[in-house]
Order: sequence, then structure tokens, then C-alpha cells
Amino acid sequence: MLMRGAHVVGEAAVRAGCRYYFGYPITPQNELPEYLSQRLLEVGGTFIQAESEIASINMVIGASAAGGRVMTSSSSPGISLKQEGISYLCGQELPAVIVNMMRGGPGLGNIAPSQADYFQATRGGGHGDYRVLVLAPASNQELAELTFDAFDLADKYRNPVMILGDGLMGQMMEPVVFRDPIDPRELPPKDYILYRHNLKLQAKYDEMTAKEVRYESYLVEDAELILVSYGTASRIAKGAVNRMRRDGYKVGLFRPITLWPYPTVALRALAKEGVKIGVFELCVGQMVEDVIMSVGGRSEVHLLGIPGGPIPTPADVQEFALSVLRGDGKVGKKVEI
Amino acid sequence: MNEQAMKKIFSRPESLKPAMTHYCPGCGHSIAHRLVAEVLDELGLREKTIGVAPVGCAVLAYNYFNFDMVEAPHGRALAVATGIKRVHPDKFVLTYQGDGDLAAIGTAETIHAANRGEKISTIFINNAIYGMTGGQMAPTTTIGLVATTTPGGRDPDRDGAPIDISQMLAVCQRTVYIERCALCSVKHIQRAKRAIKKSFLVQLNNLGFSLVELLSPCPTNWKMKPWDAWKWTESILTKTYPLGVIKDTSGLGEVK
Repeated sequence: MLMRGAHVVGEAAVRAGCRYYFGYPITPQNELPEYLSQRLLEVGGTFIQAESEIASINMVIGASAAGGRVMTSSSSPGISLKQEGISYLCGQELPAVIVNMMRGGPGLGNIAPSQADYFQATRGGGHGDYRVLVLAPASNQELAELTFDAFDLADKYRNPVMILGDGLMGQMMEPVVFRDPIDPRELPPKDYILYRHNLKLQAKYDEMTAKEVRYESYLVEDAELILVSYGTASRIAKGAVNRMRRDGYKVGLFRPITLWPYPTVALRALAKEGVKIGVFELCVGQMVEDVIMSVGGRSEVHLLGIPGGPIPTPADVQEFALSVLRGDGKVGKKVEI
Repeated sequence: MNEQAMKKIFSRPESLKPAMTHYCPGCGHSIAHRLVAEVLDELGLREKTIGVAPVGCAVLAYNYFNFDMVEAPHGRALAVATGIKRVHPDKFVLTYQGDGDLAAIGTAETIHAANRGEKISTIFINNAIYGMTGGQMAPTTTIGLVATTTPGGRDPDRDGAPIDISQMLAVCQRTVYIERCALCSVKHIQRAKRAIKKSFLVQLNNLGFSLVELLSPCPTNWKMKPWDAWKWTESILTKTYPLGVIKDTSGLGEVK
């Protein structure tokens, strides 16, 4: 089925048994609530366009506490408004799926795709010692798979799960194959209480870190330069890798799929003498901090950070990669650790 | 031709920049911009005016208005304006907001700024739809109007009823002047200009909060031709939102 990314998320959510959606319009993700306003009607679910993002995330808290399989979506400024509610979801151990189709910031920014909410997604954004499991799809097929998984992961850990996409991903048309729908009435009962101690929360985050790390390694075995990118940026980076491999360069790609927990151990294993790491992000450089922590000084780390606005091409990333291989510092910058 | 006899009787207001707007054909925003600018010019206020722009179709109003402006986060214009007016009580402060901004996400800020009696003038554009994001339901969307998030049209049982913010604000003790006008005929536009002028005079006389609601056509998202949208505004939208003075305790009398 050829579908727009935002519609893929909506369809996958319904198939995963989600019957409650609360949100507020914001570009570039309106096609998702628009799709669900019709689709949830068809399956007897509830769609409410709330009066604000703050109201919508609190409706999510209520629906989740009441046992519903529930989601919300927004784009960067709207996700900022939801942060208090996300902290409450974590504190109360309530499952929910939150989609952030990131756009350029800070402030109002613009509606072009961006990855500048990496910190907000992986480090909190709201108050307290909490973590959100963050998934980074890079194609419409992964949007379908990870949206489906997100609801199960949220229930499994009684914790909100964030799908971190961007404006481009929501608009992009790609073929997609959906899993068979599940009946939400067949989901296990949610008979838990809300209060848990923070140390128990931490045990849960540790378990996520141990069990849920996902990543893709592409042509890294013999690579002298490994690009590290996620989401839309990784698609661009993979294009650069393919072009450079044709020209005989030993270049690979490491793509985190879970941003939190970050695939620290897997990346560390790739970082060694003679291998350079080139981070490419659609922001001035946020995930690069996780890369630095993972690499731990074993490899040189270089950064190409393109803030919200322009959309780079594989040729731009290739220029960066060639510059890193030459060591001339002309494109991007070497990160001093 | 005798140049001495030539007298300039019509021109672009100084309070408007000579810029092309991004508004759609038939949209009420450009008319509202012009009315605000004309009144500011006539009252000699341009140099002391600080405007606050919303998020929504008028998000770029600061590119069109030729006075100092601050861009507020979505819905927060009257909170931002409160901060400005409290620091500069001698300046003329106005907010320019749409119905999604003012009557949905900004309801709390709107009601509480009005209830504090902030000496601010608010221009409230009500086109009964979310324009910039592409036609989703607004709190002001009328029953039966088809928005992209109201399959089959707005259903009061499912989506609630249209909200009448102006009436709600009239209940607040500290609001001074509230009037609803429409931007859909020469007669109505002239009436709207008088209402805007009165609102500005309320602030200049330090009387308190005032708001002018302008019913504004949105042909693009109503899926109508511009002229049909203007006729729909007058014949249908005014049924949900009747025109006229909703509250006036200013004692200023009729404005010419």
C-alpha cells in the first residue's frame, strides 16, 4: 500500500488497538489527526481535537489511567507544551504513545524537517528522574512497525514511548505493509496502581537499556569512516555511503533505531584505532553527545550539523565524509573531546 | 495640469509596510490589517504602538504592520501583551489574534487578561476554522461546517458547540468594550473600523480591556469562492455570532 507517513502512523496505531487519540493541530503533522478523525470513527474509537496541547496530553493521562490504549501527536513546539504531562505519565507509570514529527526551532522556528528535539526526547524536557523510550523510524515501513511496537512497549513497561520522526517523514509517500490488526479487547488487563518508587522506575529503565536497544549497521566491517545518523538523516547518509562505496571508499553507516536507550555498546565496539566517526544530524549537534559517550575517545569524532531549514542531499554528506577522510577540516568540524 | 490643485486623498497607511501579503483571495485578514493601520494613523499612534502577533494565518503580521511587534507563542499573545503594557503603560499595546489562537489554546490567557482589566486592545479574527494548519475544526466552527477533523460536519454531540468568546468576556467585570463586526461588505467594514477606533480610544483613555471580534471570510478552508464566502459570512455566520455591541461601559459614546 502506498501511503503518506502520517497516515501510516494512524493506520498502524488503529491496527495496534489504539482507540483513543487526543491532539491539537500543528504543521507538519496534521495529516495524522485528520486521518484518525475519520479512522477512529470507523472503529468506534474516540478522536478529540483538544483546545491545546496541554489539554490533549492530560486527556491522554486520563484515558491511560482508565485503561485505554491511547496516543497523541504533535510537532516540536507542541511537544514542548506536553512535557509536564509526559513527566506525569512517567511518574504515574502510564503507557501512552507520543509522536513528534520534529520541525525547525527554537521557538516558533519553521515547518521544515529537523532533528533538534533529540535532547528533549532523550534527556527529558519535563521535570524529574524519568526516561521515555524513544524510537526513530527511517522509512514508512518502519513507521508502521515501530508504531505497532510502541504500544506494546508502552504497556510492557508502563511507560510512555515516543516516536521521533520529522516533518519530511510525515509527508513522504512510500509503500508499506501492515501487520494484521489486533482487537484491543484482547489486550491483557491493566490492573496496576499508579505509584512506584523512583528506584523501581530506574530498574525499569535499566531493563529497557538491557533489552530494547535497536540499531542498524550498514557496511561497517571494513569501514575507515563510519557515519552515524538516525531517521531521515540516515536515509541521506546511506545515499552518501552507497555513492562512495561505488568509488571505492571504505565508508559505512551506523543507524540508532532506539535513541533512548542509545546503542552505546554496539557503537563502542565499532570505534577503534584507524576508524573515524562522522556524525550527521539535522540540527547543530545533539545526538553527537551520545556518540562521544559511546566512542569514549577510541576514535576521532567529526560532526556535520545542519540546523532546521535546508534539507541536505547525499552529495552534501559525501563532501563531509571526503573531508573527514582527507582530514582537512573543510566540511563539518572535528569534535574536541 | 495644474499641480497645485492636486490633493492626495487616498494612500497606503503609514502603519502598513509596502509589502505583498500571503493571504488568500477573499480573506478578511488583509482588510483587518488595513483597518487597524488606518485607525492608528488617524489617531497618530504609530510611533507609540507595540503590537503582538499570534500563531495562525496572521503569524507574519509583523511583516505587514509598520510598528514595533513581538511574536507570541501560540495562544499567549495577551500574556505577552500584559508584560509589555505593565513595563510600558504609556505605550499603545494591541494584540491581533485568530480564533484558534485566542479561543482555543489561549482561552485562559485571554479571559484572565480581560478579567484583570489590562489596558490592551485586542483584534479578534473569527473565521470559524484553523486556516494556517489547513482547515481543522476551530472552537468557533459552526454546527455542520465540514472541517478536516470533523467528518460529516461539526456534530455538537461529538465536537461540542461553537464558543462565543466575546459573550464570555463580557461577563468579566473589568472588560469595558466588546463589539462584534463582520468583514463582508462595505457597510460592515466601515462599522468595523469605527469599532476598532473606539477600542483604541478606550485604551487611550486608560479605561480597561476592550476587544473587537471580526467575523472574517476564509474561502480557502470553507471551500467556497471568495464572493460566496463573503455572502456566507453575512447570511450564515452571523446567525451563530450576531453582530453588534456586546458590552460598552466606556461612556465614550458613538465614534465617527
